[in-house]
Amino acid sequence: MTGAPHAVTAAQLGLASCHDCGLVQRLGGADQGRCPRCHALVTLRKPNSLTRTWAFLIAAVLLYPLANLLPIMHSGTLFSAQDDTIMSGIAYLWETGSWPLALVVFVASVLVPLLKIIALAWLALSVGRRAKRRRHERTRLYRLVELVGRWSMLDIFVVTLLSALVQLSSFAQVTVGPGAPAFAGVVVLTMLAAHSFDPRLIWDNAGRDD
Amino acid sequence: MKTLLACPHCDLLQYETSLPPQATARCARCAAPLYRRVKSGHERTLAYVAAAAVCFVLANVFPLVALEASGQRNSTTLLGAIADLLGQDMELVAGLVFVTIWLAPLLQLAGLAYVLLARLQARRAAAEIVVLRLLAAIRPWSMVEVFVLGTLVALAKLVHMAQVVPGVALWSLAGLMGLLAAALNTFDEHAYWRTAAGADAGDAPAGAVRAE
Repeated sequence: MTGAPHAVTAAQLGLASCHDCGLVQRLGGADQGRCPRCHALVTLRKPNSLTRTWAFLIAAVLLYPLANLLPIMHSGTLFSAQDDTIMSGIAYLWETGSWPLALVVFVASVLVPLLKIIALAWLALSVGRRAKRRRHERTRLYRLVELVGRWSMLDIFVVTLLSALVQLSSFAQVTVGPGAPAFAGVVVLTMLAAHSFDPRLIWDNAGRDD
Repeated sequence: MKTLLACPHCDLLQYETSLPPQATARCARCAAPLYRRVKSGHERTLAYVAAAAVCFVLANVFPLVALEASGQRNSTTLLGAIADLLGQDMELVAGLVFVTIWLAPLLQLAGLAYVLLARLQARRAAAEIVVLRLLAAIRPWSMVEVFVLGTLVALAKLVHMAQVVPGVALWSLAGLMGLLAAALNTFDEHAYWRTAAGADAGDAPAGAVRAE
């Protein structure tokens, strides 16, 4: 722990920390400046943080049903053809006895994107309403969202490999379905939404005793 | 002279203090990790980077997985799988996969090597600041470990329909995953920023805030 005599934020003293290199500096009354150390654009808070977060989130929510309902993968043999969505792919793993993997894919592809959208919406809403409660929990939730988001790319990598391996051979052929770009879109959009959100907004109306 | 830090997650101002080895300084209010003291030295990190680079080359040269069924053998490489997506008119997905498992890790390795090789000769690379910023920006988009797990899931789906032969590239990717993580873990960004050009001790850059 580093010493904190009083809960004083940089912003309260008119100081900004560089998002890229962390250098604490005076903005001199201006909205933004250039970091003297790394030349990055320095602002007190991420610009238009809430608006950008909402924009990416709404786009992700619109794509979400497509990502789950459209087939992510099409597999065909001489005798049969089958379209697989994210959920039916998980069901296949479960039925064939790979239940630990089914669980992993379920968490990465279904649970994480959904909880991520809900969590970011809650964070953005609570900051918009200048909520005072559960600051510690909300900050921790934000860190969790940032940490786990990337694992949702799992299914995209799975279909990439399956379609590359099972190609135009006599026994089967697998092609990537329209659900894949939609799902990849959801993953990227939620990652951008998390990146746009500024967790310091959670603390901006905190008093000294918070 | 003490350096002021602002927590990136809650903006609390606090002084930087020296840490015992291997420790992480956390924000006094929200517990966000602020900086670490890593057991490092440029040589150690550079060794990880070099080994990871070897793995990266192997992962590209050899096939990732091969599939055998009814006398047929079908194998794919890392870039072959991505080219395949292009052949299916999946440019968007292909681009994303290319960036996350090929371009981002490669840029990370190149960036680390660039900074470290110069520091090893007790100088600072000309574009060190740009590269340090680039490394931080790339990090969330580098997904080798997710891809390795994805490969395992794909194999689990295939074992029921064909003989699956894991290739050299698969083991190399697993190696790349571990070594890249080790390199980044022993790379103390904070220390590099502190000593980056223009931030020499006793010569605080204009606008920087220091406290006596």
